[in-house]
Amino acid sequence: MTGVPGVNMSQESLVEIRDLNFTYDERPVLTGINMTIPRGKVVAVMGSSGCGKTTTLRLIGGQLKPTSGTVKVGGQVVHELDAAGLYGLRRRMGMLFQFGALFTDMSVYDNIAFQMREHTDLPEALIHDLVLMKLHAVGLRGAHSLMPAELSGGMARRVALARAIALDPMLIMYDEPFAGLDPISLSIVGELIRKLNDALGASSIVVTHDVQESLKIVDYVYFVSAGKIVAEGTAEEMKHSTVPYVHQFVWGEADGPVPFQYPARPYGEELLESAVRRG
Amino acid sequence: MAKNCWKARCAVDNGIARALRGLGQRVTSRIWRLGYASRFFLAILLHSGTALRRLHLTIREIYFTGVLSLIIILVSGLFVGMVLGLQGYDTLQRYGSTEALGVLVSLSLVRELGPVVAALLFASRAGSAITAEIGMMKATEQLSAMEMMAVDPIARVVAPRFWGGVISMPLLAALFSAMGIFGGYLVGVQLIGVDEGSFWSQMQASVDFREDILNGVIKSFVFGIIVSWVAVFEGYDAEPTAEGVSGATTRTVVTSSLAILAADFILTAFMFTGT
Repeated sequence: MTGVPGVNMSQESLVEIRDLNFTYDERPVLTGINMTIPRGKVVAVMGSSGCGKTTTLRLIGGQLKPTSGTVKVGGQVVHELDAAGLYGLRRRMGMLFQFGALFTDMSVYDNIAFQMREHTDLPEALIHDLVLMKLHAVGLRGAHSLMPAELSGGMARRVALARAIALDPMLIMYDEPFAGLDPISLSIVGELIRKLNDALGASSIVVTHDVQESLKIVDYVYFVSAGKIVAEGTAEEMKHSTVPYVHQFVWGEADGPVPFQYPARPYGEELLESAVRRG
Repeated sequence: MAKNCWKARCAVDNGIARALRGLGQRVTSRIWRLGYASRFFLAILLHSGTALRRLHLTIREIYFTGVLSLIIILVSGLFVGMVLGLQGYDTLQRYGSTEALGVLVSLSLVRELGPVVAALLFASRAGSAITAEIGMMKATEQLSAMEMMAVDPIARVVAPRFWGGVISMPLLAALFSAMGIFGGYLVGVQLIGVDEGSFWSQMQASVDFREDILNGVIKSFVFGIIVSWVAVFEGYDAEPTAEGVSGATTRTVVTSSLAILAADFILTAFMFTGT
């Protein structure tokens, strides 16, 4: 088994995915996926849009059930858990959605306090201190009274990050955390993902197609294409990979294994046919 | 020639088969959806503990669906009552019984128009808003986020909105009827000059609490369940796109309006026959 150097993947892994297949409407989305997420590490799952990255996250979070294979989190097979067991597991997970998914009818403060109020009996004074601590960690303590509509895209992502770590989870999942961010916000969010993971002693899975930013912060990378893992390794290994798909992806080449053209009939044949039709 | 006839017959057969298949698919999909909606209704009832235990969640929804619908309900009630006053007087004077105007206005309102028109207005004002809100929460992944935080969206988001609507509806219908009676009084007594004593005393003598008022309240309670159920279901089941949410909002108004009228007929048939 491959894995992060210096880590015994089988003993220290928090998430283990084995022979995972997922089919949607008889269309295979994921085929034969094997992944290991070690404790304390940041692992990226990369690939082009629609390759099955987000589906993988949803399978880990138990929002979808695999067609076959297993997803284990903390030693528990996710799809075998009952509702109470699944909710128990999710209390130890945090997830940052692509566009934050902040509750629009609540202030920044209430968004972060939401889970604390739902799952704990902590007094409001303590919740207040904890919320400010989380907001301070993402640099937005001063924005606690704002509503989500008053936040910029980067700020909303940081608030969502503070909410994801509200209960100090063991696993944090990020779904496209860099999408639509300006370079400064992108760099801030990237740094926060790394720092928060290390400070909390958590494990992180970053689903992204932003190569440059994510390779700076992750320990290990899985490349997914058309529902299969086509390459894996450390960030450095991926930068120098000779696998055509990885090379095209890392260096942003327009044409390659992922073709520029959408599948179509031969161009010449189509032109000829329209010329004949015109007479 | 025979071959051509055979081909034409095959085409007709295929057309009929396609039409039947389409019809069958539509019917099964409607039945499937009704079953899904019924299961959803059961899930709401099962998860109502949170909404009723944490009453502030439901009170907040009563404010949004009930209190914010007050203006449209009161103004509509006033105008409907005024129109009843005018139309009622016009008809009653032909028989020389204008003193019965109060009875006509009040019975029309408490038995029928109050619950039905208030429910139709409630479906348009509050039902559509509930669907749009839940649909947008789904489209922006707020419901998924809640699930990932181990908080059940049916308990936290759907059930309080459902109960908020169910509680608001009878109160709004009562206010609609009260305002309507006031509108009838303004037109009948103040404008046209019907005797004030006859207007109120005949109303008091003829309107029965159990037969008329209580049955009206039961009707509006049933309409509240229908509108709230349709609204939360359509929102929760909406496709998570702008077009999906807009379609769900339209379906809420159309489905709940038709369901209100159908339920009104059934309830009326059970409640008021032979009295």
